[in-house]
Amino acid sequence: MMDALDGNAIAGVLFDVFGAEMTTAIGVCAGCGSSRHVAEAVVYARAPGTVVRCRSCLSVLMVLVTRAEITCVDLRGLAGFEPAPNPLPREG
Amino acid sequence: MAPISRGFSGRRRTAGDPARVPPGQYLTDDFPVLSAGPTPHTPLGEWSFAVRGAVDEPVSWTWEEFLALPTETVTVDIHCVTKWSKLDTVWTGVSVDVLLSGVETSAEHVTAFSDGGYTTNLPLEDVTGGKAWIAYAYGGEPLEPEHGGPARLLVPHLYFWKSAKWVRGLELREEDEPGFWETYGYHNYGDPWQEQRYSGD
Amino acid sequence: MAGAALLGRLNWQLASVVELIDETARVRSIALDPPEWAGQRAGQHVDVRLTAEDGYQAQRSYSIASAPEDEHLLLTVERLDDGEVSPYLVGELRSGDELELRGPIGGYFVWEEPLGGPLLLLAGGSGIVPLRSMLRHRAAIDSTVPVRLLYSSRALDEVIYRDELVGLSTDSEVDVRFTLTREWPEGWRGYRWRIDRELLEEVAWAPHERPLVYVCGPTAFVEAAAGGLVELGHDPGRIRTERFGPTGG
Repeated sequence: MMDALDGNAIAGVLFDVFGAEMTTAIGVCAGCGSSRHVAEAVVYARAPGTVVRCRSCLSVLMVLVTRAEITCVDLRGLAGFEPAPNPLPREG
Repeated sequence: MAPISRGFSGRRRTAGDPARVPPGQYLTDDFPVLSAGPTPHTPLGEWSFAVRGAVDEPVSWTWEEFLALPTETVTVDIHCVTKWSKLDTVWTGVSVDVLLSGVETSAEHVTAFSDGGYTTNLPLEDVTGGKAWIAYAYGGEPLEPEHGGPARLLVPHLYFWKSAKWVRGLELREEDEPGFWETYGYHNYGDPWQEQRYSGD
Repeated sequence: MAGAALLGRLNWQLASVVELIDETARVRSIALDPPEWAGQRAGQHVDVRLTAEDGYQAQRSYSIASAPEDEHLLLTVERLDDGEVSPYLVGELRSGDELELRGPIGGYFVWEEPLGGPLLLLAGGSGIVPLRSMLRHRAAIDSTVPVRLLYSSRALDEVIYRDELVGLSTDSEVDVRFTLTREWPEGWRGYRWRIDRELLEEVAWAPHERPLVYVCGPTAFVEAAAGGLVELGHDPGRIRTERFGPTGG
């Protein structure tokens, strides 16, 4: 996994697709159920498309393919996907 | 068009001879590594290659058995859908014809499957008749893991995503089933000379 | 609030290059004046896009090196040997040129005062860039949040912003330490290890202090540093990571 990046690397393209900052969004892996910020996913960006994998089980969460300047994102690997209300837990 | 960046030319790219370089491609000196996931590292003692699916009898080879099969060294041009092409690449491997000889099937489709879960689909006729190999050496050296070693499928007449890295077998099928990139919007067949990059092209 | 992402578009804009600053032999900072800049949060990045005369384009992301309070937008770029964009930015780009960029981008790897601390910043190589923007921002708002920076480089002459970072540690709440992993100058009294569990045990806050941690650098560095912290008992939920690496196809 030493050639992989993380979800920070796709912040810009996700903004293009969703019109909003999405790296703090929480994704639930359809493979293993683990729940993490998109920024924490394992990202393979040097490919015919960008493959976003679960950091726990490596199953595919999302695939982004750009064609003629339009990016399609396939989210079938996510069981849940929600914007995080607060990016960081606050200490009391 | 976007504004030009003064003095920027990017990586050296030449269009090359159109008789050898398909439309929209450029030539590269290096060998870019593209990957959809982590590089698998299956120990050779655990490696096997299988032909299975719509066949009378599935068959498989261990690594030693595989290396004992008749091999060929071929010089081919390869074309990646991300637009780079490399001419006169030299590979050593076992022809898929050898692997399928003795296999009885009425299937017309094949899915190549790899360590890590990658798959790609092809018509059976596109991996037979001297068009495809399971390659285990590149440029006379054992195929490096980042380029698909110990063995990868080699189908040079189609875009190189069809040449599945870390291949572990061929599944013959009566029905076509889109593989990894085909499912995510890439062309089902992938002929570089027709510039079939994405579905619908 | 400056930089808050609302539903909308990230538009490309042409920024003039105001100044170029050589930080080390391979690293240069670029001071820019984007015409429509809404401000940024410390830790965010921009996308940069270059277009050749035949229309060929290359795009990369670079962390913003400046604080929101700084006069110009600063990017710091390391020239990669086999890079396509970085040799242009570090070697060819001139003052007066225009650079196409969009941003600010990112919402995860950011620090602002309400998030508190104490702060533990772990930098590997060019991973120092977004952490420097956090440190500058912290200073600009006169924050008293305690911060420890541990910065790993191969050699002393590869340490980016060295004088500035040393200068920051005059603040009693700022502790800056360097570790060199490949070459050490005569008489070097700083650390000589890669950042690992052992070094972290010595330098980092104890887990019961619940530091807010930011780790940035090449993937292997981040895995080792973040992994070391978790082994020591730090809460993974308090560790933010940003991995750098080549993205050119």
